[in-house]
Amino acid sequence: MPKTSDPETWVSQYGDYLFRYAVLRVKDENLAEDLVQETLLAALRARDRFKGTSSEKTWLVAILKHKIIDLLFRSHGEVQVDDIERAADTTEDRFDDSGHWKTQLGNWGNPEKALEDSEFWRVFTRCVEKLRPPMADVFILRELQNLSGKDLCNVLNISTTNNAWVLLSRARMRMRECLESNWFNKSDGNES
Amino acid sequence: MLTCKEVSKLVSLALDRRLPLNKRMAVRLHLLVCKMCSRYQQQLKFIHRAARDYYSRLDSDDDRLAVELGSEARKKITDTLRREQ
Repeated sequence: MPKTSDPETWVSQYGDYLFRYAVLRVKDENLAEDLVQETLLAALRARDRFKGTSSEKTWLVAILKHKIIDLLFRSHGEVQVDDIERAADTTEDRFDDSGHWKTQLGNWGNPEKALEDSEFWRVFTRCVEKLRPPMADVFILRELQNLSGKDLCNVLNISTTNNAWVLLSRARMRMRECLESNWFNKSDGNES
Repeated sequence: MLTCKEVSKLVSLALDRRLPLNKRMAVRLHLLVCKMCSRYQQQLKFIHRAARDYYSRLDSDDDRLAVELGSEARKKITDTLRREQ
């Protein structure tokens, strides 16, 4: 029987990691702390069922993910048609009447090198945080947590997957703009 | 010919599901001649990859996203776990 490590050591081993994982999602440190506690408690109670097929950390993160999804599910009212229409409308803004881009998109050069830059990740986090609620949730669950379209709709109470894709398309567009103005334009700003 | 507006939605959708063949061809054709939409597609793909990378970068020895569990919370959780054992 594989065994977990001593639960006494969990907080020092995994506390920060789980906390970081939770805090981006819930944007509230107290709530994130509660989630860490709930996760470790649930893990403690389910300790006998730890199979050791994944690492202990992966196992704990899986529990935390469920806690986050539960929380979202409980706190989410139905996503309003308004939200979806507003998302679609603002997409329209970016195009002229004939459907062409109104403004030029910046050249990001080789964006991969940004991934190695700690400041980029701070900007990335801020951009996620700036997304408005239904879009932020859709973006985080789909892009960061890799939920399927169907699960996305169930968790967020969105009536059709098509609506989920509208919100997601909009969220990605916002992320693109946010990263461009706060990172890619900044770092290449002097080259014109 | 698809408009940029339509293509912007389709390249996003293509990250989530396989588009039908006729749509795929139409998008490809548009991207061949439209620099802005090609950029858009590349940038969305980049964001998609970066997002998938995000959680793997939360490791504790990485201070990119340095937020820590406060000492009070640490103590509270440790105590709660102890009571539960």
